[in-house]
Amino acid sequence: MEKLDVLIVGGGPAGLAAAVRLYEAGVHDILIVEREKTLGGILRQCIHDGFGLTRFGESLSGPEYAARFICRVKELGIPYSTDAAVTEITEDRKVTVVTREGLKVYAPRAVVLTMGCRERTRGALAIPGERPAGVYTAGVAQAYINIYNRMPAKNVIILGSGDIGMIMARRLTLEGAKVQAVYEVLPYPSGLPRNVLQCLDDYGIPLYLSHTVTCIHGDRRLEGVTISKVDEHLRPIPGTEEYHSCDTLILSVGLIPENELSLNAGVQLDPKTKGALVDEHYETTVPGVFAAGNVLHVHDLVDFVSQEAEALAKAVARYLSEGFDGGTIDVRCGTGVRYTVPQRITGGEAFTLSLRVTAPMKDVTVVACQGGAVIGKKRMKKALPAEMIRMQVTPQQGAGEVEVRVDA
Amino acid sequence: MKEVFDVIIIGGGVVGCAIARELSRYRLKIALLEKNLDVGYETSGRNTGVCHGGFAYDVGSWKAKLCLEGNRIMGDVAQELSFPFKRCGKVLVGNTQEDYDRLLEVIRQGEAIGAKGLTMIDGEELHRRIPGVIGNFAMLSENSGILDPFQMTIALAENAARNGVSFFFGQEVTGIRREEDRYVIETPRDTFAARWVVNSAGLACGKISDMLGLRGYRVIYSKDDYILLDQRLGREVPMPIYTVPSNTYMGIHVTVTTDGNLLLGPTAEDTENSAYYGVEQKNLDFLYKAAMDIWPHFTKGDYIRTYSGILPKWADDEGRIQDFKMEIVDDVAPRAVNLVGIESPGLTASVAIARHVIGMMREREAFPENADFDPIRKGTRRFAEMTAEEQAQAIRENPDYGELICRCQKVTRAEILQAIHNPLGVHTVTGVKYRTRAMMGRCQGGYCQMRITRMLEEECGLAPQEITYAREGSQMLYGLVREEAYHGEA
Repeated sequence: MEKLDVLIVGGGPAGLAAAVRLYEAGVHDILIVEREKTLGGILRQCIHDGFGLTRFGESLSGPEYAARFICRVKELGIPYSTDAAVTEITEDRKVTVVTREGLKVYAPRAVVLTMGCRERTRGALAIPGERPAGVYTAGVAQAYINIYNRMPAKNVIILGSGDIGMIMARRLTLEGAKVQAVYEVLPYPSGLPRNVLQCLDDYGIPLYLSHTVTCIHGDRRLEGVTISKVDEHLRPIPGTEEYHSCDTLILSVGLIPENELSLNAGVQLDPKTKGALVDEHYETTVPGVFAAGNVLHVHDLVDFVSQEAEALAKAVARYLSEGFDGGTIDVRCGTGVRYTVPQRITGGEAFTLSLRVTAPMKDVTVVACQGGAVIGKKRMKKALPAEMIRMQVTPQQGAGEVEVRVDA
Repeated sequence: MKEVFDVIIIGGGVVGCAIARELSRYRLKIALLEKNLDVGYETSGRNTGVCHGGFAYDVGSWKAKLCLEGNRIMGDVAQELSFPFKRCGKVLVGNTQEDYDRLLEVIRQGEAIGAKGLTMIDGEELHRRIPGVIGNFAMLSENSGILDPFQMTIALAENAARNGVSFFFGQEVTGIRREEDRYVIETPRDTFAARWVVNSAGLACGKISDMLGLRGYRVIYSKDDYILLDQRLGREVPMPIYTVPSNTYMGIHVTVTTDGNLLLGPTAEDTENSAYYGVEQKNLDFLYKAAMDIWPHFTKGDYIRTYSGILPKWADDEGRIQDFKMEIVDDVAPRAVNLVGIESPGLTASVAIARHVIGMMREREAFPENADFDPIRKGTRRFAEMTAEEQAQAIRENPDYGELICRCQKVTRAEILQAIHNPLGVHTVTGVKYRTRAMMGRCQGGYCQMRITRMLEEECGLAPQEITYAREGSQMLYGLVREEAYHGEA
């Protein structure tokens, strides 16, 4: 068994940012464990630009954004292991890592979970119909085109207006596929407004809101899909079915934090974020196990992933030097708030609160209250579920539970 | 024409593969023709995967007799061929006095057939065995169990292949004629000939029966829709949970697979189209509701896949479902084994059916023993099922065991390679899936399918556009994005 200070599970944007910041804070006994051949995580296949506007003030491609951190990791000489899979994490932080060289067990003082997220699939949605080839999640199609140089589609319908779905609408169009339309079950787009503009509008790809796929046809390659309108409860309206022939259905219907290893470690999850329940130090319910980035909650901008991981690194450095107690004070979601991160706090320390609203809203104020006192406030001209909101909150020691709500 | 065989088996479902395997005990030249690109692709791979206890059939029926026999020998067969089988028992849960009386009747009938290990258990015992189940009491069938239907069919086929049986895929039989002492069998691709022919065509049993001149069988189709749920839940259900059966429908079950997934189904609806495997929304809604009445500890968020299977049932003119039909009609079609209406419990009974029909064949012709017959098939060693020490040892012996390709099911490169180079020569993506479990987890191949299609290209020398998902024509890719692209690391 090998001892070390921090083992980071996953060398994507969150893991890389955490490693760099930890190293800069004087924690050098680190190992990044990455399952792919190279560092960078999902950014490796995101060859479009728009990354880094917040963080670096310029528009970078995914690989360029990742490279900024990877170069820093290499400059600093931070140890990392690629082609290495974590197969187990125990509650007392024993981490099993498998590579072609063998199986190794580490005993780090702190474990940082930065595994990212996975895509919701056709099976998870239980879309009725047959099971032909040609039904891909947006990320799989993106990997095939951008990493594997394989063309998975010719005549495409996209279900879900998630960001990757819209980005793939553009990407597939540029590579010569015909993208007929994007259908979204919600009455508003689920991805960022800039992607609706730059990926759909600019290419004349229609976006149909309040529509969904209600049947998949074909027993070999996909032959077509049935599209139906949905009512305000998102239920298909009988009689509105329309058949559209296509050879590919791309799904961009949501991302789910990849928490199998977290559950394995005994970490408690928040049913709303599907990520770990954490306090303002990003410590999970298992002492010494921390989480940040998309494994904690799905972000819309990688810049925020990096920032969150850096805040985590600061907390982990402090945990290693002086230790601290876990949070016990609840942060409650009030009117208009779908979720918050953190979900609990230790009290007394200022922190950055991340949250999402339940529906699109205009001219509202997000308010954090503690025992009647306002401890954080953010005015918003427009609040969208697709856009994560971040605000500074300064709680009072011993003032009890925090409530976050949206006021008109 | 292909070479002339002693026996041609039509249909590579579990029964056809069991017959192939059991026949390979004799010195015979045997071929199996399958219209799909892999074995077990229709009824055999699309069911609940339950090894039935044999209590639910008519006294004196073949279904009862061969189910009991199949159940009795399942442990030995599973061990010889290394496929997952667990004699975990199953319960039929009830709530009312009427249910109670009906279950007592099930026990009486089961015992009349010869089924063993059937007892009533009270609510306390039921909840001790299956926490959270809804029911006031249950009938427990100790001898029932669960098995992996894909692995079982593949294992039988691989052992048959090892013992000399030739498998031909993509060969749908379109015509059979008799020429002197042999049958000439046509497919769109080839012509085959054999002295003996076995109709184990499952859903096509009526069609093949007609081709043999054995007309008049009415085959009806019953379609079952299922929902497969996350492995997290399967751990909490130690055995299949059934409701009290009616005379025509076994009722919905909440079952656990040998891989620990929870399974909801089936729906059981008559259908005209024996080739349509689409799942309907109304059935998904029904399964959700019905399962909630039995074991209400899942959510729709736990769904990972839906599927559908179709059973061929032999019915009389009034639509009453008949027994398994297993016959050799010497004056119409000599040396033709005709199997009609092999539905549930065909999976449990498959090896017993095989032995029974081979007995019928041997009454008509002496088959010399195959002294080289090897009953053992070593399955792929699964990384996920090894202890940490075994994993370390496996990687030392073969570093491919240290490369995880499918993360959520922990399937390594070593296992994928073995699946790609399988003894049957199957090169589909689902062929890899059913042999290894890669792509069967909650991300449904989101992480590993690109790696697997690339390995299929590399190992089988296939172009991207030749990668086939499951059936013929289920093309996955349309070629390269850029001809001159850099083929570097991914």
